[in-house]
Amino acid sequence: MNPHAGEPLPPLEIPVTRTLIVSGALASRDFQDVHHDAEAAREKGSPDIFMNILTTNGLVGRYVTGWAGPHAALRKVAVRLGVPAYPGDTLALSGRVTAVTYEAPEAPGGESATVEVAVRGAGRLGDHVTGTVTVTLRTAAGQEGASPGEERGAAPADRKDAS
Amino acid sequence: MSGTDGSTSEGTSRAGAGRTSGPTSGPTPGSGSAAGAGSASPGSRDALYDLLRGYEGRPAGASARGRDPVNTPMIRHWCEVLGHPVPPDGSAPATMLQVWTMAGLAGREGRTGAYDELLGALDGAGFTSVVATDCEQEYAQPLRPGDEITFDALIESVSARKTTKLGTGYFVTTRMDVRVGGATAGTHRFRILKYRPGAPAPGSSPSTPSERAPSERAPSERAPSESAPSERAPSERSPSHKPRRPRPVVNRDNAGFWEGVAAHELLFQRCDACAAPRFPWLPGCNACGSPRWSAVESAGHGTVYSYVVMHHPPFPAFDPPYAVVLVELAEGFRIVSNLLGVPCDEVRIGMPVELEFLWADDALELPVFRAAPEQAAT
Repeated sequence: MNPHAGEPLPPLEIPVTRTLIVSGALASRDFQDVHHDAEAAREKGSPDIFMNILTTNGLVGRYVTGWAGPHAALRKVAVRLGVPAYPGDTLALSGRVTAVTYEAPEAPGGESATVEVAVRGAGRLGDHVTGTVTVTLRTAAGQEGASPGEERGAAPADRKDAS
Repeated sequence: MSGTDGSTSEGTSRAGAGRTSGPTSGPTPGSGSAAGAGSASPGSRDALYDLLRGYEGRPAGASARGRDPVNTPMIRHWCEVLGHPVPPDGSAPATMLQVWTMAGLAGREGRTGAYDELLGALDGAGFTSVVATDCEQEYAQPLRPGDEITFDALIESVSARKTTKLGTGYFVTTRMDVRVGGATAGTHRFRILKYRPGAPAPGSSPSTPSERAPSERAPSERAPSESAPSERAPSERSPSHKPRRPRPVVNRDNAGFWEGVAAHELLFQRCDACAAPRFPWLPGCNACGSPRWSAVESAGHGTVYSYVVMHHPPFPAFDPPYAVVLVELAEGFRIVSNLLGVPCDEVRIGMPVELEFLWADDALELPVFRAAPEQAAT
């Protein structure tokens, strides 16, 4: 893939179910009760359980990785946390490439690009998360058959230093 | 928080003649100028900020080892839950970085005294609420099954006082470094806002997403002790009768002050080492740093050192316009309070005042001041 600045990412809508919130919290070993016990959450002033930050981070990573392909390497995820995500919300993820830096164009098979993507995840109450994700991926010239999302190459991801 | 569109007026019943604090350290979100709220030293530096900055670089969590090595079942479970593609080389998704540091249900109290002290100092100064505002992770190398991680956290920076949509407070950034065999695998920065709740922002809470008001909670391993995700939530709005003033937060650092109020005594602290008076109550001396102090009762005679008249924005428990005064007591400390017995447009700097105690409602008694009789006589 040869992303260019300004290119939008395909949008992704993720239903925020009670199951996603609870299982996301537990899969990230976050046992704080406001992420799984609605009654406890209400006692603490929240209308319901809400998504924990580790799950939010993971969904942002999923969104960008799903676009960039499984061999892409995340370098940085920097997010501003907004309104909580409650059961019944839909997290509408959108993104846009804001910068592309190509590395080692002369190196056959090792061509890669470091891409900055501005990401927004909005729910019904407003922005749940906004931020920037930096990801290093192989360009079309550097990886045969590099189709986002379903790459099958067995080679380990190129881990050259992006900076 | 776009930097300038937030209200810069400090919302609560504290105000004063303070000026903008020093430059911010590091990347700090937040908006507006630092209002002169909360500190008892108007016209000077923000003493609380100076105290808080002293914590920069100190540990925020004990060094620890991940409870489990990076492992395939947890990776698969996490990917399945989040709908995340499983990395083809078997490594952990980068955004699992923090997962490997989590204590789990059994828990582990990983915070250090320094971080507790920092939060305690903010609590003691009235900045009792907390929201998580930012999370930044950088990934230096992938984590693979079998990797045994270690991690430690430090207090990276404390911002100058900021006024945000939620209220006025300080941003505290912690940084956790995750290592494998001594090499950095990733860095996790986490920023909270410790704030004093401001106005409930009439009609604005959920409908202005562009403000991006932080309103999410910290994950458990760093969550400070309060647990209400939002103090703007129903509890403050539900009573149909007149809303009540905010409740004071009583902790071990200021409990003596409130015991004094209950006994109709205005108690301040006097440093045992250098005799400097201080107020509000803090664990250490602003002048010399000594932790030894004695409580001293004020005779209650003072003068108006500064004041503001609050017209806007309105707060549920207060009827504007009203004067917020900074009273300088004869013993040499200052307190933010209300002034009775004189219309708010007749308050003047230098006006002599006398201590009284006011039942603000059936459960809250506060030290306030009344214009001294001699003022009326002259």
